[in-house]
Amino acid sequence: MTKKYTKDHEWVRIEGDVAVVGISNFAAEQLGDVVYVELPAIGKAVKQGADMAVVESAKAASDVYAPISGEIVAVNDALNGNPEKVNEGPEGDGWFVKIKVANASELEALMDEAAYADFAKA
Amino acid sequence: MRYLPLSDEDRAQMLAVIGAKSIDDLYVDVPREAVLKAPVALPAHQSEMEVERLMKPLASCNIPAGKTAFFLGAGAYRHHVPASVDHLIQRSEFLTTYTPYQPEIAQGTLQALYEFQTQVALLLDMEVANASMYDGSTGLHEAAMMASRVTKRSRVVLSGGVHPHYAETVRTACEAHGLEIVTLPAAIDDEAAVLRAMDANTAAVIVQSPNVFGTITDLKPIVAGANAAGALMIASFTEAMAFGLIEPPGAMGADIVVGEGQSIGNALNFGGPYVGLFATKEKYLRQSPGRLAGETVDADGKRGFVLTLSTREQHIRREKATSNICTNSGLCTLAWTIHMTLLGAEGLKRVATLNHENACDLADALAEVPGVEVLTPRFFNEFAIRLPKRADIVLDALMGKGIVGGVPFSRLNPREGLENVLLVCATETNTPEDLNAYAAALKDILQ
Amino acid sequence: MTATVSGNHGLQQAEGLLFDFASLKRTGVDMPAPRGRPDRLGGLGRKVAPPLPGLSEPEAVRHYVRLSQKNYAIDLGLFPLGSCTMKHNPRLNERMARLEGFADLHPLQPMQTVQGALLLMEELSRWLMTLTGMEAVALSPKAGAHGELCGMLAIRAALIARGEGETRKRVLVPESAHGTNPATAAACGFIVDEIHATDDGHVDIEDLKKKLGPDVAGIMLTNPNTCGLFERDIRTIADLIHGAGGYFYCDGANYNAIVGRVRPGDLGVDAMHINLHKTFSTPHGGGGPGAGPTVLSEALAPFAPVPLITLHGENRELIEHSEGTQAFGRMCAFHGQMGMFTRALTYMMSHGSDGLRQVAEDAVLNANYLLARLKLHFSAPFGERPCMHEVLLDDSSIKPKGVETIDMAKALLDEGYHPFTTYFPLVVHGAMLIEPTETEPKRELDRFADVMIALAERVKAGEVEFFKQAPKLTPMRRLDDTRAARQPKLRWRRGENSGAAAKHAAE
Repeated sequence: MTKKYTKDHEWVRIEGDVAVVGISNFAAEQLGDVVYVELPAIGKAVKQGADMAVVESAKAASDVYAPISGEIVAVNDALNGNPEKVNEGPEGDGWFVKIKVANASELEALMDEAAYADFAKA
Repeated sequence: MRYLPLSDEDRAQMLAVIGAKSIDDLYVDVPREAVLKAPVALPAHQSEMEVERLMKPLASCNIPAGKTAFFLGAGAYRHHVPASVDHLIQRSEFLTTYTPYQPEIAQGTLQALYEFQTQVALLLDMEVANASMYDGSTGLHEAAMMASRVTKRSRVVLSGGVHPHYAETVRTACEAHGLEIVTLPAAIDDEAAVLRAMDANTAAVIVQSPNVFGTITDLKPIVAGANAAGALMIASFTEAMAFGLIEPPGAMGADIVVGEGQSIGNALNFGGPYVGLFATKEKYLRQSPGRLAGETVDADGKRGFVLTLSTREQHIRREKATSNICTNSGLCTLAWTIHMTLLGAEGLKRVATLNHENACDLADALAEVPGVEVLTPRFFNEFAIRLPKRADIVLDALMGKGIVGGVPFSRLNPREGLENVLLVCATETNTPEDLNAYAAALKDILQ
Repeated sequence: MTATVSGNHGLQQAEGLLFDFASLKRTGVDMPAPRGRPDRLGGLGRKVAPPLPGLSEPEAVRHYVRLSQKNYAIDLGLFPLGSCTMKHNPRLNERMARLEGFADLHPLQPMQTVQGALLLMEELSRWLMTLTGMEAVALSPKAGAHGELCGMLAIRAALIARGEGETRKRVLVPESAHGTNPATAAACGFIVDEIHATDDGHVDIEDLKKKLGPDVAGIMLTNPNTCGLFERDIRTIADLIHGAGGYFYCDGANYNAIVGRVRPGDLGVDAMHINLHKTFSTPHGGGGPGAGPTVLSEALAPFAPVPLITLHGENRELIEHSEGTQAFGRMCAFHGQMGMFTRALTYMMSHGSDGLRQVAEDAVLNANYLLARLKLHFSAPFGERPCMHEVLLDDSSIKPKGVETIDMAKALLDEGYHPFTTYFPLVVHGAMLIEPTETEPKRELDRFADVMIALAERVKAGEVEFFKQAPKLTPMRRLDDTRAARQPKLRWRRGENSGAAAKHAAE
């Protein structure tokens, strides 16, 4: 299925019963050079809209919120030593976590690509 | 008004440019009833000469340490500071500059901080050190809070050898933050009690070495016990000079090392400003408080230094910051690093050895006085003695003979019934005559 | 810059890291040889000597003098860093602080030997309480943020004494606040709730009213605020917060604008820290030490932390333990920043009550003069009203041309100025916060304004690259913050190859 976006600039893509999550191209550009990413522990339960990770540039830090509830089943360890991957491919290799989806209907509240593009422009 | 360059003519011209009739027009937003009509009831301005005439008598009603035979430690130490230290820190470019937020025009401060961090890490044998805290005691409460963040636990155990004022500082700040602070009873040596006091919710144990009684503690068993219990081991100290001679906490595995740096480069100053040294392991860096200087390059590829990892700090992370601290102890840090550079490993070892020898000689001499017992088994430059009567009374009698003989433990902690215990310190500044005079006077008094 | 063989550029001397050239065998301190005797270290002696290199005195003096020359300083020029009050630091203060009778006192000396020091602390307290119209002062906080902690702990203690320690947990903080305010509230276990600002840079009273409730512990408000404005509704704010059962913490960072003219006690403030290193001229020292005595209202005075000074017959004594008092505890090991008390009191006595009032007036006048000259050339978001002691501009008029606040700041470096505070307060995008202070003569203000205006003209002329390449004339060009943060290198390590870096430095 296609990607969905939150108002806090996270994206989520469903692969089976797992959601891949990261920050949007727009968010990465706004933040500038990413220097550090703090990822949650595997097995942690997250709730939609609650903070689950932190992304930092040299002069700013932003919380990353879970776009969907569930359990963290994987984190992108590559970001630990190479935070620049977030800038290189925010919506590709720069993904943050994978969440085992608890309730797929939560996706309905999120924006599709076109709606998000309008939102980010505004 | 020697510090105010504007003339009345300037003021009038400037008001005209602003388009205001009087200075009052610029204070329009202040509620009218809150504006003072006249200066408050305090003396009017005075010349340099007049101010000196007022300040100097205040200074001369005190008895400075250097005018007596002086044996006080317990958190502040009288050492010889080379003349060049005070000269250098008074250079305008160090004294009258700000936090190095514009690194292109602050490399002096930044490089000095980087050198300071390196020297602190080497002295304590730790991986990384920060750019300093306000002092040792406030650094210790920051360490306790940091341990709680790292372990996600909320109980902190303090050895009974921690300086009582440090323990009270930690309790005050940490209890408000929701931590449980367990302070063990005062003890010369309490390794076993510390190990027993740990439980599954313990974030950290804090052991001071040398402790307030002067005792040096082998931290290895405590580190092992703490780590087995999932807690951090925080090593505290008040006398940084000690690590010229004793095994540093980092070499024994401490997770956080924090303490007072005053004794290197800084005068007694009646308690402040001092300089807190703070070091930890690299893996805990993101949870640590305080400023950090780091190496980088400039646009031409030249090595330079900047403040870094500042996303931990309050000006960026606000209520989620690792600390509310907004300064370091800049100029005291500079004094520390200059003094340390002048000493080098050779000088440090020599001055530390002189401290220890003087303290040992004094302990030997005092132990000869009938009724006096030296309580501290292993020490650097301070130790505790038990007197046959109240320490404060003996101290008064010693004062009468020109000797400032120590700190009664009961002044630091009146709750433990240790009224007869006196904390005594000797440094390289004490002469053999001082030591002999002390022993002779004490003998006299106790007879 | 032109390359030289030595790496020096005239008076600018290239200088490597201490560790690049100092020796483990060298020392700059002569001490008598140890006598040699059995130690009493109990087998806990240091096994490996610390690899701390040393320098002889002439080498050390040169090292630090060379470093110093890479720093900007107030003594060199205007330092208009908003919210930091970089005023002249009188040298009489330094002389007084170094008097043996103050500098060579141990904090635990018998009280009868330090009566003059206690008297000085009492005198400083009297000046601070009289100037602020407050009931008590805690001298011990070691810096502004530490004073905030002191004030908020006093509020917490007062709430506990009222039996409301568990129920009043919310602290209101305007979004324009210094970061220390929310960080302090959180450190004391409070929950931070932001209040919005109005479009004209003040606290939004309607939003404040909405957020009041029985769970509110208090408000933390900077006044004059971080936009450089006096909160004109301050009495209303105080009444609202008191009416709701909370306390009013005032961040005194900007006290310089009102010292001697307005007493915070008359505005309904319950606690306020005073940065002695701002308003009262103690040196900033490259980032401290500061000092943050905290004045308290009648409601909070009983909870002031130890040590407290008390009169015992003829003698002054320190109460050092909180048992048997309502004191909330202790802020630090000893009595606070005595070295700063001496300097601050010297400064206060030099200015006197009349001079301190003039300090505030000249600080405000200087800021408004810069505002008047600069607002014709820059966007001044609240420039229609008089400001207090700092001028807030933003980059909205230059950003469309491709030049941002940071670029303007870096261009000022080449012009020989320390820039303004950048990107603070956060409520104004691209903020440039300029605080000239009262110790600048008019001709320095004019020269600075001329430079700012000339830079604005260069923006208009589209000279974007000029700004992006700045600074070019400073000891260092722009430094790479991203690299520093991605692979933090926070210390030198033995054996590291600094040759490459040294080579660069020489180029």
